[in-house]
Amino acid sequence: MIHIALQKQLIATNGVMLLDIDIEIKEGDFVTLYGDSGAGKTSILRMIAGLMTADKGYVKVNDRIWLDTKNKIYVKPQQRRIGYVFQEYALFPNMTVKENLLFALEKGQDKQIVNELIELVELGELKNRKPDKLSGGQKQRVALARALVRKPEILMLDEPLSALDHSMRSRLQDYILKMHKQFNLTTILISHEIGEVIKMCDNIFVIENGRIIKQGNPIDVFTSKQVSGKFQFSGEIVEVKREGIIYVVTVLIGANFVKIVADKSDVKTMTVGDKIIVASKAFNPLLQKIN
Amino acid sequence: MMDWQPLLLTFKLALITTFLLLIISIPLSYWLAYTKSRLKPILETLVSMPLVLPPTVLGFYLLVTLSPSSSLGGWLNDHLGLQFIFSFQGLVLASVIYSLPFMVHPIQAGFSNLNITIMEASYVLGKSKIVTLFKILIPNIKPSLLTGIVLAFAHTIGEFGVVLMIGGNIPGETKVASIAIYDEVEALNYDTANMYSLILFAITFSILLVVYIVNGGYLKRFWK
Repeated sequence: MIHIALQKQLIATNGVMLLDIDIEIKEGDFVTLYGDSGAGKTSILRMIAGLMTADKGYVKVNDRIWLDTKNKIYVKPQQRRIGYVFQEYALFPNMTVKENLLFALEKGQDKQIVNELIELVELGELKNRKPDKLSGGQKQRVALARALVRKPEILMLDEPLSALDHSMRSRLQDYILKMHKQFNLTTILISHEIGEVIKMCDNIFVIENGRIIKQGNPIDVFTSKQVSGKFQFSGEIVEVKREGIIYVVTVLIGANFVKIVADKSDVKTMTVGDKIIVASKAFNPLLQKIN
Repeated sequence: MMDWQPLLLTFKLALITTFLLLIISIPLSYWLAYTKSRLKPILETLVSMPLVLPPTVLGFYLLVTLSPSSSLGGWLNDHLGLQFIFSFQGLVLASVIYSLPFMVHPIQAGFSNLNITIMEASYVLGKSKIVTLFKILIPNIKPSLLTGIVLAFAHTIGEFGVVLMIGGNIPGETKVASIAIYDEVEALNYDTANMYSLILFAITFSILLVVYIVNGGYLKRFWK
């Protein structure tokens, strides 16, 4: 269990803002900090990493206390086992891809992990290049691999994909998920793209002006009205089609397409690609065993 | 007849001064670039003073504070056997102070222009500040280091006033090339003065040219 309680006065664009959060994250979870820029997300990551000091705070990661301002405990960033992927990659320009990863090794650590990680992120052919000869997506893969060399207890990703185009984003999301599972990581992602959040994470914390205003399962959090349905599924709209006076909305739920009839007022705010919930409570679904 | 000794002495002085300055300036520049201390402007001012102060002022104060009859100079002489007035080590000390801004400014600018996240990235990878300094920061400010080294070297070759004040004109000990030129001109030996001057001119020109070629990336473009 990871317990993070932090308080810090931040100077924001519109004056002073008090960041005040108290959250718990289960080991092995993938969580997202979601919110507008300037809400304090990056500051939270930096304080967990020890790169920024908290006015008051308590950070405990798997029985080890990293920060406890009451008892004057402050573990240096070097001694916290963190993987941190910075928004602007922060690769070392004087080192090749491989050297960037080798630098991250701890004393006496087996070098094999470096080769493994280079293979995992499919950078074998580029391993002797310097960062300035790589594309954005490639740099981000190096940064991700480098963050994992020390086998961190927490992987933190500060909007790692915001500078990438759509297809590269989706590929990198897959890399991140693969790493998360393979290395049994607890991962904290900063993101403000709903699709990304729903795809990647188990739990979301919505942050506004330094405070958590909502938390929970991403789908629950993103549906503003709570629907009390007998059954409900979430999916993505793939088509909205007009048929006479009604509309037929095709929704992809898991691997199944479902066609649902809707009227004009429902469809008004819906476009292809939207995440929606399909719920019903007015009838009893039938259960039938499949032979 | 031209005597080579002043020229050799000049280069010996410049080499030792540059070496010492490099050792002093890396930690000092690092501190100046990253500190949030309130003392920073004061220290920055002190480092920059030799840029604007007449060298004779610096030389005069060094002369006063380090002379064997002063308390500091006397103590250094009695306890450490160090004599800074009219001696080569006095010239080294004066040159280090006099050329300090020429080494510190480029290195400090180099550190300040680095993206601070590469430093933080190194810390979260478990690397100490020292390892980060030597493996990450210094390799990424090589052009600044080269500029600092060359400017400090060239500037030390060219110093006159401070040397005259604290070193005097002792052949083989403190008579550097710039003093020798002055000496020859006073003795109306224009030919010898011209030889010294020409050599200094050619050498400083070549050194600076190399820096601009290397830092401007001309070499890379040329040999690619």
